[in-house]
Amino acid sequence: MIRFEDVVVRYPRADRDALSGVGLEAPRGRVTVVVGPNGSGKSTLVRTLLGRVPLRSGRILIDDTPLTDLDRAELARRVAIVTQREELAFPVTVDEYVALGRFPHLGGWRATGPIDREAVSRAVLRAGVGHLGSRTIDTLSGGEWQRVRLARALAQGGEALVLDEPTTFLDVAHEMAAFELLHQLARDDLAVLLVSHQLNLVARFADWMVLLHAGQVAAAGTPDEVMQASVLERVYDWPLVVTRDPAVGAPALLPLRAKRRM
Amino acid sequence: MRHVPTLSFRWPLFAAALLLALLLGVAIGTIALPPAEVWHALMGRGDATQLTVVRELRLPRAILAALVGAGLGMSGAALQGTMRNPLAEPYLLGVSGGAAVGAVVAVALGVGVTLLPIAAFLGAIVAVVVAFFVAHAAGTRGDPRILLMAGVVVGAFANAAIMLVLGSAPSNIVRDAMWWMMGSVAAATWSQVAWLLVYLVLGGGALLAWARQMDVLALGEETAAGLGVHPERAARRVYAAASLLAAATVAAAGLVGFVGLVVPHIVRGTGIRRHRPLLVGSALIGATLVVLADLAARVLRPPAELPLGAVTAIVGVPFFLLRLRRLT
Repeated sequence: MIRFEDVVVRYPRADRDALSGVGLEAPRGRVTVVVGPNGSGKSTLVRTLLGRVPLRSGRILIDDTPLTDLDRAELARRVAIVTQREELAFPVTVDEYVALGRFPHLGGWRATGPIDREAVSRAVLRAGVGHLGSRTIDTLSGGEWQRVRLARALAQGGEALVLDEPTTFLDVAHEMAAFELLHQLARDDLAVLLVSHQLNLVARFADWMVLLHAGQVAAAGTPDEVMQASVLERVYDWPLVVTRDPAVGAPALLPLRAKRRM
Repeated sequence: MRHVPTLSFRWPLFAAALLLALLLGVAIGTIALPPAEVWHALMGRGDATQLTVVRELRLPRAILAALVGAGLGMSGAALQGTMRNPLAEPYLLGVSGGAAVGAVVAVALGVGVTLLPIAAFLGAIVAVVVAFFVAHAAGTRGDPRILLMAGVVVGAFANAAIMLVLGSAPSNIVRDAMWWMMGSVAAATWSQVAWLLVYLVLGGGALLAWARQMDVLALGEETAAGLGVHPERAARRVYAAASLLAAATVAAAGLVGFVGLVVPHIVRGTGIRRHRPLLVGSALIGATLVVLADLAARVLRPPAELPLGAVTAIVGVPFFLLRLRRLT
């Protein structure tokens, strides 16, 4: 489980907190999704887990152990993170890339063993990128690359998976397949913490939603509880209605055309 | 599906190329020696002149050239991967500028040739330390772009210092300094070989040990952090080892341009992507390239010698252009 307790973050030279007192939980077995407008602090949340921004106050716990008590390799063995962007300066093959997910598990000279190889092949199968093995990263489509990055995180193992906008470049089918996979991973007792701005999509898969606004939690609960027109209108500052997905009845947001607003 | 060919024959090929280059380096010169005589001389047989030419002049020279090339190749490969920049090269972080300032000041002060390498080495180290401090003062957590700019700034300052010193120096000093800056292994001795070998084993060994970390660093800071690496700390270590390696080569042979830039690209062109084999390949190919360049510098316009740095650049440019075409 990943738990944020009253986390406050301020970037150097910023005049307001990027996160001001955020608390949330991403337990095992559930898909927890953080949503919110641009600049609401979603990606900062991920960056705190990476140790890239210091906390002003509050703390982050991984299964009741404060993040500050874990060394980096230990954290990497327990939590796999897929960041929003990643560009390789020099292309490697898909196999080589996914194998780098095992880096935190390797010993001194950092050679891979049979356990690592098995974790890699399982991850590759699970993410559905087995056919890409010897291709180099620069020849992949945006969607393939995104799935390969997910495979790398799966190879990393651990009990929690954190993804920042994982389906940005995916078409409808691949996007749905990716979410079905994340859903399944959560059912296999992983803690899945997702950052996304695709409200309608995540509303169908999330067990728990957290709506961030200006660095604070504006609402948290089941998709039905969070997807309230009044709350969303205020947070996104745009007129909208909330309707229902005709197939499964999940709440769906429908932004309205502006009436001489602009 | 597009497969990347696995060139399993490349290692024997790399090793054979280096051995051949070394053999040519020893055999060819003002006195040409057939392979059999070279072998005899290496084994300590044959007449005294041949023995001296081979064992005291050509062999240390060829081996020093090889070590310089190996050091520059490894340094360049490590910096390119860690900085995630295909244009990174060993002299980038102020090494060349600092070494040149050290050497020019030494020449201008009239210190002997024995102290010149030490002055160059110290100059290089000071410049790298200054570049680190400038980047640190800029305060963006070891961002490679900031470090790169700091290196450029230190280099520009060093250039200005060199011009100021040389602008008012007598012409013989200017000439000596210029020659040194153009790179040469003509004055190679076994003790130089031994010294450079020590640095190569230390610096190169450290880089090889950190090769997997470089693979991770090449994915970018955030991904590296997610995989349990402290990106800034790990990168700083690599920069320091790579710059030390470069400074040691500069002390031994002056500025030998383009090797550290082009060699890693040549090795990547053979399908090597991970850093451990990339470092080993860059050492072998870098060594081969500099030995051959030194050979060319000796024999193209006898009895004069061409500046080694100019020859490596002339040889390196076509390789680099070829590589550019494949990149676009």
